[in-house]
Amino acid sequence: MKVGLFIPCYIDQFYPDVAIATYQLLKKLGCEVSYPMDQTCCGQPMANSGFSNLTKGCDVNFVKNFRGFEYIVAPSGSCVLHIKEHLKEGADPSDLQKIRESVYELSEFLVDILKVTRLEASFPHKVGMHVSCHGQRGLHLSSMSELVAPEFSKAEQLLNMVEGLELLKPVRVDECCGFGGAFCVFEEAVSVKMGKDRIKEHLVNDVEFITAGDTSCLMHLEGILNRQGSSVKTIHLAEILNKVL
Amino acid sequence: MNVKQHAEAAEEFIRDEARTDWHDETLWFVRDKRDIAVNKLPEWEILRDWASRIKDHTLSNLDHYLKSFEEKAVSNGIIVHWATDAEDHNRIIHKIIADNKIDKIVKSKSMLTEECHLNEYLQSKGIKILDSDLGEYIVQLREETPSHIVLPAIHLKRQDVSETFHEHLNTEKGNYDPQYLAGAARHHLRERFIEADLAITGVNFAIAESGSFVVCTNEGNADMGVHAANIHIACMGIEKLIPKTDHLGVFLRLLARSATGQPITTYSSHFNKPRPGQQMHMVIVDNGRSRQLGRPDFRNSLKCIRCAACFNTCPVYRKSGGHSYHSAVAGPIGSILNPNLDMKANSDLPFASTLCGSCSNVCPVKIDIHQQLWKWRQIIVANGNVEKGKKVGMQGMAWVLSNPQVYRISGKIGRWVMRTFPFMLSNRLNAWYKQREMPRAPEKSFRDWFIENK
Repeated sequence: MKVGLFIPCYIDQFYPDVAIATYQLLKKLGCEVSYPMDQTCCGQPMANSGFSNLTKGCDVNFVKNFRGFEYIVAPSGSCVLHIKEHLKEGADPSDLQKIRESVYELSEFLVDILKVTRLEASFPHKVGMHVSCHGQRGLHLSSMSELVAPEFSKAEQLLNMVEGLELLKPVRVDECCGFGGAFCVFEEAVSVKMGKDRIKEHLVNDVEFITAGDTSCLMHLEGILNRQGSSVKTIHLAEILNKVL
Repeated sequence: MNVKQHAEAAEEFIRDEARTDWHDETLWFVRDKRDIAVNKLPEWEILRDWASRIKDHTLSNLDHYLKSFEEKAVSNGIIVHWATDAEDHNRIIHKIIADNKIDKIVKSKSMLTEECHLNEYLQSKGIKILDSDLGEYIVQLREETPSHIVLPAIHLKRQDVSETFHEHLNTEKGNYDPQYLAGAARHHLRERFIEADLAITGVNFAIAESGSFVVCTNEGNADMGVHAANIHIACMGIEKLIPKTDHLGVFLRLLARSATGQPITTYSSHFNKPRPGQQMHMVIVDNGRSRQLGRPDFRNSLKCIRCAACFNTCPVYRKSGGHSYHSAVAGPIGSILNPNLDMKANSDLPFASTLCGSCSNVCPVKIDIHQQLWKWRQIIVANGNVEKGKKVGMQGMAWVLSNPQVYRISGKIGRWVMRTFPFMLSNRLNAWYKQREMPRAPEKSFRDWFIENK
């Protein structure tokens, strides 16, 4: 299966380990993975700040890098959602449609396309599950506490295949962490308060790690945890699924 | 008056962290009650879908239903007035009061009259209205505005209420017993109900086929006012219509469950016609609603039935308080309604959200609130209601991210600076760093690793 690996800009720059884990995991599962070398950013930071008129350059570059792939996979629900909902510029409109239909968040790709039922992974730790909003409410990667509907979670389905892992959920199972893109600096006080409150619920569960499908949430929570001097670490879902003893 | 922007007002609110936690937990409790109530109805999502579609249909045929309502209401004996805007609404009400030489007025909760600033208008004419909803009564005594459309005094603790009542109603100092305090308010309000000559109410639903309308309260205060007074004025936005009485079954089931987790509001009072000797007026108000109806991206915000479920679920609202939205209607729904009323004054509100989407999920009429927040951001920026520094920053970022080579070099330099001179970013000028550590800047990007290891 030919996969174009889409690595969000801030993961490329600050969290290469998340990208490496995603790459290795996909290879391990038999995918033929290409990494388009001139990719940058999906354009979400501008668009969510009200500047979608400035994303043309990112759109064009994204299409140039990712046209022609059977599947495009990224370890980020948020960036995938942006591509699906807001990618609008490209040389050929049929490329846009094809890209929107073939772009997948990692857990979605593993569960729905690769139909993974077992993993050679081991992570004997207590892990708190943070549900990233855009993947959940935008891409429907898991059920949502607001709706009257059957429960499911693609991330949990995968984490349950990891040997030794004990998954723990906070009381408010899917409340936002407060990152919110530019919100994290322009509404700094609310953003941090939301993050602190999420962390508080995980600490009650005595977790060693907090995991999520989006590194942006984790970067925000990690910043707060480190300031608090906490020993709790953040780890992306891909890193856990790629861990072998 | 210099109104504080949401971020600044929220920062002040959060400074009292214990109180913020209390506010957050109190409202989460309401969200929780809502979850329990809606999960008892297997048909919940179907009801939401019906409500959404009934409102879609009504909004698409609003002219027809408004005319039908007016015709039926008039034939029932209701005097119908049309108000283009807030001032018109206030003037009409003032005229009714003046023509009948009234000075004892009670008003049950109506967010429309808050939106139109009716109290202030009448006060400027020397007329004082008594707000009879307990929460509104409390905030009125304190000369504040409601911080929540269903729970107007939710920002206050019982200790605050006790102090306010001690000052205004001469209750015992330090008696925080809710029952005692509610009893004191009831006693005081009862007298006002009896002596009132005119009662103002809002409207939850108006039925086009019958010309009747429904007012929902939990305290019965609308009924107390209306039954004792000789004149009833009901104030309604044009979007409150539903075509048929049958449709009430959908909306009444959704409203109270969404608002407070109750199966139904304690009082759902149906008004059809004035009783003998009574005057019944209905003021139907546009105040920007037809403008919103004309915006394809935002028209369905007019489906709102003012349940406030989006307030209770919104972590930003819970942690920043209703007053930080500086508007009659706060919370996520307020953030998509208020820019229509005054885009410049409310340009901060669509940004007071992480776009988490929880609001859209709890909305009983399925308004795509978070999508509309995103769309308002685009319009606000396109209209120039944005700080220059932010605009320049975004332009710079867009340029860097549009050019792969520039992106890679900037990344490399940026990471090197962070490692070599951490204080360049780890300082007070950086809002991220105020309460969070910076991420570790690795020597190599993923791309660098990939070139070496693929």
